[in-house]
Amino acid sequence: MENRKFNITLRVWKQKDNDSKGYFETYKVEGVIPDMSFLEMLDVLNEKLIKEEKEPIYFESDCREGICGCCGFVVNGDVHGPDEHSTVCQLHMRRFKDGDVITIEPFRAKAFPLIRDLVIDRSALDKIIAAGGYISVNVGSAPDANTIPVEKNIAEKAMDYATCIGCGACVAACPNSAAMLFTGAKIAHLASLPQGHPERTIRVLNMIKVMDSLGFGNCTNEYECEAVCPKEIKVSAIAKMNREFLRANFISEYDPQLPPVFHKSSVDVPEDE
Amino acid sequence: MKLDSKIPSGHIEQKWDNYRFNAKLVNPANRKKFDVIIVGTGLAGASAAASLGEAGYNVIVFTLHDTPRRAHSIAAQGGINAAKNYKYDGDSVYRLFYDTLKGGDYRAREANVYRLAQISTQIIDHCVAIGVPFAREYGGLLDTRSFGGAQLQRTFYARGQTGQQLLLGAYSQMMRQVANGTVKVFPRREMMDLIVKNGKARGIIVRNLITGEIEAYSAHAVILATGGYSNVFYLSTNAATCNVSAAWKCYKKGAGFANPCFTQIHPTCIPRSGDHQSKLTLMSESLRNDGRVWVPKIKGDTRHPNDIPEEERDYYLERMYPSFGNLVPRDIASRAAKRMVDAGYGVGPTKEAVYLDFRDAIKKQGREKIKEKYGNLFDMYYRITDEDAYSVPMRIYPAPHYTMGGLWVDYELMSTIPGLFVLGEANFSDHGANRLGASALMQGLADGYFIISATLPNYLANTKFEEIHLEDDEFKYSINEVKEKIKKILSIKGNKTPTEFHKELGKIMWEYCGMARNEEGLKKALRMVPSLKEEFMENLKIVGDDKFNQVLEKALRVYDFIEFAELLLKDALHRKESCGGHFREEYQTPDGEAKRDDENFAYVAVWEYKGDNKEPELHKEKLEFEYLKPTTRSYK
Repeated sequence: MENRKFNITLRVWKQKDNDSKGYFETYKVEGVIPDMSFLEMLDVLNEKLIKEEKEPIYFESDCREGICGCCGFVVNGDVHGPDEHSTVCQLHMRRFKDGDVITIEPFRAKAFPLIRDLVIDRSALDKIIAAGGYISVNVGSAPDANTIPVEKNIAEKAMDYATCIGCGACVAACPNSAAMLFTGAKIAHLASLPQGHPERTIRVLNMIKVMDSLGFGNCTNEYECEAVCPKEIKVSAIAKMNREFLRANFISEYDPQLPPVFHKSSVDVPEDE
Repeated sequence: MKLDSKIPSGHIEQKWDNYRFNAKLVNPANRKKFDVIIVGTGLAGASAAASLGEAGYNVIVFTLHDTPRRAHSIAAQGGINAAKNYKYDGDSVYRLFYDTLKGGDYRAREANVYRLAQISTQIIDHCVAIGVPFAREYGGLLDTRSFGGAQLQRTFYARGQTGQQLLLGAYSQMMRQVANGTVKVFPRREMMDLIVKNGKARGIIVRNLITGEIEAYSAHAVILATGGYSNVFYLSTNAATCNVSAAWKCYKKGAGFANPCFTQIHPTCIPRSGDHQSKLTLMSESLRNDGRVWVPKIKGDTRHPNDIPEEERDYYLERMYPSFGNLVPRDIASRAAKRMVDAGYGVGPTKEAVYLDFRDAIKKQGREKIKEKYGNLFDMYYRITDEDAYSVPMRIYPAPHYTMGGLWVDYELMSTIPGLFVLGEANFSDHGANRLGASALMQGLADGYFIISATLPNYLANTKFEEIHLEDDEFKYSINEVKEKIKKILSIKGNKTPTEFHKELGKIMWEYCGMARNEEGLKKALRMVPSLKEEFMENLKIVGDDKFNQVLEKALRVYDFIEFAELLLKDALHRKESCGGHFREEYQTPDGEAKRDDENFAYVAVWEYKGDNKEPELHKEKLEFEYLKPTTRSYK
């Protein structure tokens, strides 16, 4: 708990919609308290702007505890801000000091059209999930939960991949705007578990096909996605996806039911297992 | 308003089977002819969309978020209860039924609670089959842990992110139905009104949060799964957009609102740090498996907690409740913390906190084991407070977290408006006056995956539907009303922002209707809230237009909270007893425990809307206890 108050300058990206031209607007924020979260600092500024009948800064957030994936923008060039493996709602003002100039920009990617200021449209990620990010089991048909034992280490690994919050930071951090960490995490989660095996071939083929169609780029081994992922998902997810993809292509050649999809390139990312 | 709970006949163990046998079915070929609207995509809404989509109904889903995966179920941490008895520690469906009914202080319906316990085991089976990565033991089978109000280990979990994993599971199943063409998702839409035609719920009006357009949708049935109303207290563990508006609109269209005063204050949240605070963060109840709650024995002790020797610490929960110790239910733990703080034993800079200490657990099990179990929670605590809970005890304090009250539903989860079903936290059904930890996830998924898919067909097959068109007067009238209201709110040229009104409301509610309530305070609040409402319509400060406008969204939600708060206060005033989360200071035992009055208050209080400036009418659904006789709830 610190009581010192300080002043900062914000440079915030303002843009009316995806087709308008954007620009940086400068705001002075006085009396910042170190225990404030970054978003609470913006709340305080917005309250002041509304009082002055000025337009507030539009941004999204909901749970404010780093799990819903709603928030996200770029702070001084860092996706989700300077804290490692964190969402921007978990960033606190104690990270900054008096006189700092802080620049805030939206996540930028072709597949994430801008809606307003820092608010973007990430619905492309839902489309990738709808293409196969599930196990097809109807309600009522499951066997007793303990009939499917899963090795503890494998269950933990699956959980590591399953913790993705769908915030889109991996896409925003990637110089190619690739969604391969996002897609790979879901594929790796489901392919690790025995329950996910029956659909692993068709899943990877369909999810990659849809991912490619949405305007996301390709992986060139920059590892930026791993560096910013709030849930510390590793690029081994991409390696796992590529192996699943390669395997699926061999199999699908012999199975006329499956779509023959060939990926742009097969990326060599070492797996950490 | 007639309250018919429609509890099926037969022994409690057979009721759900009897119901399903007697229910009418819809032929698979006919299902796609029925349109079903679902509002909300949390556990209850998403699982309902999945199960009804699988069955073949034509499902249309609405969420105010950019994607259905953001719903606040995602933030549930600790776990989900199920009577699997995998630990062979004495669990059974009957025991889960008993614990849940007792935990709710005998203010829930026996038949509903029993069904919930019955279904609990199927939920785990289904979630494992769809790939939810629950924690496992070395043998590869599922692990469980303890939660409050139970003396056994029946809580399944996925680290401290169980809600996230269950929600993403339900979301993935819903997206599978999107791919199958049975479910259509409309994101960034907020419900503005319910359409009732010929006495039946037949559609909704929504606001497109991007374009500001007011849109109408019709259907054969409407399912509301819009969560709880803890944000009426302004600061709560709920997400920023959680609101009461959809439920409130349904209440105004004739749906009874049940037990609004049953609100849950969670004992273990990170204490507030200042006026700028926008929300409170929960530290999962599971932490009480290993953490010990204490305060210094000396009032106003300013020493560093690690410098306070063992004999000068008061582990008050262990002292007062030796059988359950740190794992007493939430209402009990919250009140005990409040008593300690009120008596001057509070800790930290604000003195509004108690310690939750892991020193002994780390000594016994090692830091790594504690990290494996609660790592993400310790990280979250560190980010917010800048303190390392591995070496310093956490500071915690109670905060509004969950609301047991909600729209009244019968055994089929249908409200008093035919065709309007209410699932999950939005209904009042299963938790009585206090919910046990790890039971919200259980209820949301029971309602969505297993109950609605059995009860909705019975309604559809038994009902004669008139034709409906979006040009009908009911839609036109409602659209016009919504537009007028928005216009009116945008035209107020006052000085107070929506957030300022919200803060003010929260202050009133927390002060007079929070952890402890009394007649004088409630009456005072009942004078303050209506004048706040009046002030809102004259003194609101708002910017922007009727298109994309987050300030307007907030203003509309806050206004509904203010209206709703009055009903909550009325309910709290009328219930002259203490039970569960509803603690009336006038009704307590000599040692400060809740004193229930079964003779006069063993009923569900259901409020009927009678008009904007008229008193709501109280209806009572008497609670019959055939299998479990209400006893004084003791955890000592």
